[in-house]
Amino acid sequence: MNKRWRKFVTLVAASHAEMSEYRVELVLWILSSIMPFVLMGLWMKASHNAGGSLGPVGFARYFLAVFVIRQLTLVWVIYEFEEDVVKGRLSARLLHPIDPGWRYLASHLGERIARFPFLIGVCAAFFVLYPAAFWLPGPADAGRAFAALVAAFALRFLMQYAFAMVAFWSERANAIEDLWFFMYLFLSGFIAPLDLFPDSVRRVAELTPFPYLVYMPARILIGQQVDLTKGFLVMAVWGTGFWFLYRRLWKTGLKRYSAMGA
Amino acid sequence: MEYRLNFLLAAITSLGNLVGSLFALSLFYNNGMDLGGWRWEEAIVVMGLAVFMEGFTSTFLRPNVGRIVQHVREGTLDFVLLKPIDTQFWLSLRNLSLWGVPNLLYGVLVVIYGGRCLGLALSDFARGVIPLLIGLVVLYCIWFMLSTMSIWFVKVHNLTGLLRGLLEAGRYPTPAYPAAYQIVFTFVIPVTFLTTVPAAAIVGRNSASIWAALTLAGVLCLLSRAFWRLAMRFYSSASS
Repeated sequence: MNKRWRKFVTLVAASHAEMSEYRVELVLWILSSIMPFVLMGLWMKASHNAGGSLGPVGFARYFLAVFVIRQLTLVWVIYEFEEDVVKGRLSARLLHPIDPGWRYLASHLGERIARFPFLIGVCAAFFVLYPAAFWLPGPADAGRAFAALVAAFALRFLMQYAFAMVAFWSERANAIEDLWFFMYLFLSGFIAPLDLFPDSVRRVAELTPFPYLVYMPARILIGQQVDLTKGFLVMAVWGTGFWFLYRRLWKTGLKRYSAMGA
Repeated sequence: MEYRLNFLLAAITSLGNLVGSLFALSLFYNNGMDLGGWRWEEAIVVMGLAVFMEGFTSTFLRPNVGRIVQHVREGTLDFVLLKPIDTQFWLSLRNLSLWGVPNLLYGVLVVIYGGRCLGLALSDFARGVIPLLIGLVVLYCIWFMLSTMSIWFVKVHNLTGLLRGLLEAGRYPTPAYPAAYQIVFTFVIPVTFLTTVPAAAIVGRNSASIWAALTLAGVLCLLSRAFWRLAMRFYSSASS
């Protein structure tokens, strides 16, 4: 176990070094995910006139939290995996003495570390521009948010990795991911806090894994009450399901992959 | 067969996106807020135009203009430059992609639906045609200029991501944003002229005048042309 852990840490360090080479790109990438700030403007103005559950400052904080969460839980493993399968690079990776999944995970984590300073910078700039919204989550909230974020990232990664296995059969596995992503976009609380949803929609959404990927951690960060037990329970159920799906697809897919002469 | 399935998936994805966007829009109105004083039906027209613009982007702009980046990276731009027709023209109209067709269709349907709810006549829709065409020209120019930048920076697709994020902002009428945002969307990245101005013309609202839009489109056309020329002066491939 210890040995595998060391391998993994080395991989994370290597991909962090790799990502640091592309700083400018990282900045652009962060900027390109400005959607939360656009929505923030909309909701702040709308709630200014009519009042809402949160009010302008509340919405500002909520969408800043959404931005941070989105940045910290970004996953793109399906695109990497698909390319590796189509170009046959996976064959070489299978020869390495470590499951290829670890390599993808390491590259995500390394990139995350490289991204972090920019996130702090964006938040600082935001508070300078809009000091009224300044707040810091307390240590207890920060700890809970961290746990929720780790779980959210793990679940996102697992779900996408399971879908990535479809690449063994089709060249456009990411079409599934696109479809899934839209549900994520609209049900996760990315577009608006879930308490603004009509009750029926919200009750359905709470059974899907999506609200716990954005809405729950965002609520924790802005210091609102959340049902953590329920959140982790739903995530665990979906996580288990996707884990078995992934193992199953991986095994049958791999057999098919090697059968093609690679 | 493979492609037919993909097309179906793309159509479903677009439809899902549309339903989700309309749902997002309804959240404002269901919670007793409005978007810069625009009514629900009027906001729907804006949304429809935004979906149409997105379809236009993925049908006409992304497959052509997006390919400039690839030409530069692989060095095939040389062959294109050798062709005896205008390069900008050739690069702009070479390919079509069918993936955007569902969005084009949905966009038109949504605009018509919103217009019917407002009881608009055919002549009202006709008023929107010229602003819409201007909007398309503006969108094309922005895309082309961004892609021209790939002559200097090969990895420009991050920039197009940024652009896409901002175009998403065009899904809502510009007056719904705070003042600072409105300035950016009008003068820095003219999102307003893509959706809000044509929508305002259709539903009969006041907004930036058509002359402003026309001027902007003209300036952008000249600018993108000049920028392309400049880029070509700097372009030299590995062997030339």
